[in-house]
Amino acid sequence: MIASPLALSSGLLATQSVTGAAVPANGAAALAWLLIAVPAASAGILLLAGRAVDAWGHWLGVAASLFSACLGLVILVQMLGADAADRVVGVHLWRWFGSGDLDVHLGLRLDPLSLTFVVLVTCVGFLIHVYSVAYMAHDRDRRRFFAYLNLFVAAMLTLVLGDSYIALFIGWEGVGLASYLLIGFWNTADADAPQAERFTSRENAAAAKKAFIMNRIGDVGLLLAMMACIAQVGSVTYDAVLPAAQAGDIPTGWLTAIGLFLLLAACGKSAQFPLQAWLGDAMAGPTPVSALIHAATMVTAGVYLIVRSGAVFEGAPDAQLAVAVVGAITLVLGAVIGCAKDDMKKVLAASTMSQIGYMMLGAGLGPIGYAFAIFHLLTHGFFKAQLFLGAGSVMHAMGDQVNMRRFGGLRRAMTITWITMGIGWLAILGIPPLSGFWSKDKIIEAAFVGEGARPWILGTIALLGAGLTAFYMSRLFFMIFHGSPRWTTAKDIEGEVHPHESGWLMTLPLIILSVFSLGLGGALSVGDAFVTWLEPVTGHAAHGEPVLPATVIMGATLALVIIGVVAAWVMYVRREVPTVVQRANVVVEAARHDMYQDTINEAIAMRPGQGLVLAAGASDRYAVDGAVEGLAKGTATVGRLVARTESGHVRTYVGYTLGGTVLALIAVLASRF
Amino acid sequence: MSVPITAYILLAAVLFALGALTVLLRRNAIIQLMGVELMLNAVNLVLVTFSRMHGNLTGQVFAFFVMVVAAAEVVVGLSIIVSIFRTRRSTSVDDLNLLKN
Repeated sequence: MIASPLALSSGLLATQSVTGAAVPANGAAALAWLLIAVPAASAGILLLAGRAVDAWGHWLGVAASLFSACLGLVILVQMLGADAADRVVGVHLWRWFGSGDLDVHLGLRLDPLSLTFVVLVTCVGFLIHVYSVAYMAHDRDRRRFFAYLNLFVAAMLTLVLGDSYIALFIGWEGVGLASYLLIGFWNTADADAPQAERFTSRENAAAAKKAFIMNRIGDVGLLLAMMACIAQVGSVTYDAVLPAAQAGDIPTGWLTAIGLFLLLAACGKSAQFPLQAWLGDAMAGPTPVSALIHAATMVTAGVYLIVRSGAVFEGAPDAQLAVAVVGAITLVLGAVIGCAKDDMKKVLAASTMSQIGYMMLGAGLGPIGYAFAIFHLLTHGFFKAQLFLGAGSVMHAMGDQVNMRRFGGLRRAMTITWITMGIGWLAILGIPPLSGFWSKDKIIEAAFVGEGARPWILGTIALLGAGLTAFYMSRLFFMIFHGSPRWTTAKDIEGEVHPHESGWLMTLPLIILSVFSLGLGGALSVGDAFVTWLEPVTGHAAHGEPVLPATVIMGATLALVIIGVVAAWVMYVRREVPTVVQRANVVVEAARHDMYQDTINEAIAMRPGQGLVLAAGASDRYAVDGAVEGLAKGTATVGRLVARTESGHVRTYVGYTLGGTVLALIAVLASRF
Repeated sequence: MSVPITAYILLAAVLFALGALTVLLRRNAIIQLMGVELMLNAVNLVLVTFSRMHGNLTGQVFAFFVMVVAAAEVVVGLSIIVSIFRTRRSTSVDDLNLLKN
């Protein structure tokens, strides 16, 4: 059944390498469906078995993610052994449904892009699983937590492995569901719990709902894009849509529309402007969840979608520019918000938003940016996971406090966390030779490629972003680990704390991740290894010349990074950090309130929406219900009148019948003569 | 065959009207059944008349069926009336309005 679309697309693809058609899978690749099936089955078992498996359920979750990680690595090794031309492999699963001449098959597509994600998701996911065993040790719902984590991994793998937009959409909704369940994980305070606990519980549930609903707005974009693809190509498989886009079979107007719809979808999932407001609130979930959402799953999906649909954006320069602009705006917005937040996790959330902005900017630059966007995504995945897990370790030590104004001087109490987080900090700053340098610097350089004013604007923003990143990440690092201790071992408003290093189950993942943060970027940059590896998907990009020499850009970036670090050092280590929030200027106040994004959303979307709902409700109640109920009342009244004729007397009934017969007779006779 | 067809129809109409009035005005269920029979026979008369007029047997077959159905109906109707009489000691249909509404 799959044969005909494949044959069709390979015919189209004779001259193109970018969206190469898949060859049938063999070896370990043919088992790729197990990557998804095993964590999904584990999630099912953990959810269905209930409290019976509370004692060992978390280890089943860890085992499932370990299995996926191992299989992912085996497939990676098999692919590395194959020729570059044979690195796009298709696994047909089954025919899902057909309607008219639309035939929807489900299948997996293993290519360098999806495999990169598989390795990132499963390896980082596995480490987060291990970490969570210890982090969630005291939670009575630990088994349920692991079920959701496995569900998250399974959904994300479906998203990246699917060979069509519809398969992607299944995973897309799956990660949405899993994130909803995990963000609101702590929403189960009983009615007799203390008031503060019930309040937090409600807040957590609201954060989960917010993430879910904002993601649904993005999903509308994906659905519209799929409908447009069906209208234009008659299929939603990558093998049909992308070659058609590349060959110019789809009019530019339609391509622009599809591109903008995809961008909307990506904005929702990746928390990009203007749909970014959910990400900060998503910190309500347990910290390992934040690590998983921000590093390996969910928010990276938007970048994946854009890069995967590269052919669409190349045919639609307007949509491509929109991607770059959205990326640039989010990059600055996230960085500014990160500079002002006092909640450690919210700084990291803003940082993710900002770094994903870098990736979107890269993806919006066209073929020269795709590989670097994915490269940054990969390196960021490792060091952001590490930073989040490090933050979790700090929370674990500090009685779940997140207010950085109450930290300080923790480096002696938790040396391993300090060192590993320090590596993550240097990596995200882009200090050579740590891994962030290799990927971020390339995006900044690529942003300077082009004609006219565009490279100057985008490049400058990317450059400034690097300085801001350095400032807010240094601020975070210094406020937690350096300066004088601002925490107390006596009871006060924030509670007493006794900082201590976390157990080995938590520190081991941190140490492993810091190895990746140290060396991954450099290792994959040797001979442009990663870029070459991605070429079967992203195509070979001609090397563009930046408007400034590359060395100047690199030097400027490093200079800005150093300025950022020094500024943070002066403000948060040399000077005493006040433990209460100080009055600040307009920009800082705005950043503290997420740039009033909630207020804006409320004004432009929520209030009109509520008005619409009220109007619809009123018209339903008075116009529709009124009509329906009026009709019913009328009928009932007529019925009551007619019921009086039902006296139960046989002779009356005979009279009616006779009368009716006579009337019928008269009618017949009258019509005859 | 010198009697005009109108005479048969008029006779049938008179018979039907008598039957109908019997059913409408009398309270006794058995008398009412007799009225029903009268109406049926009026119809039968018309059927047979038209059958003769058209020169085929369709009407007579219909009349035959009417008789069969009438016989069956009387069997059922009478047994219902008898069982009602046994419980209520009355055959007046005006006393029987349990199926009201």
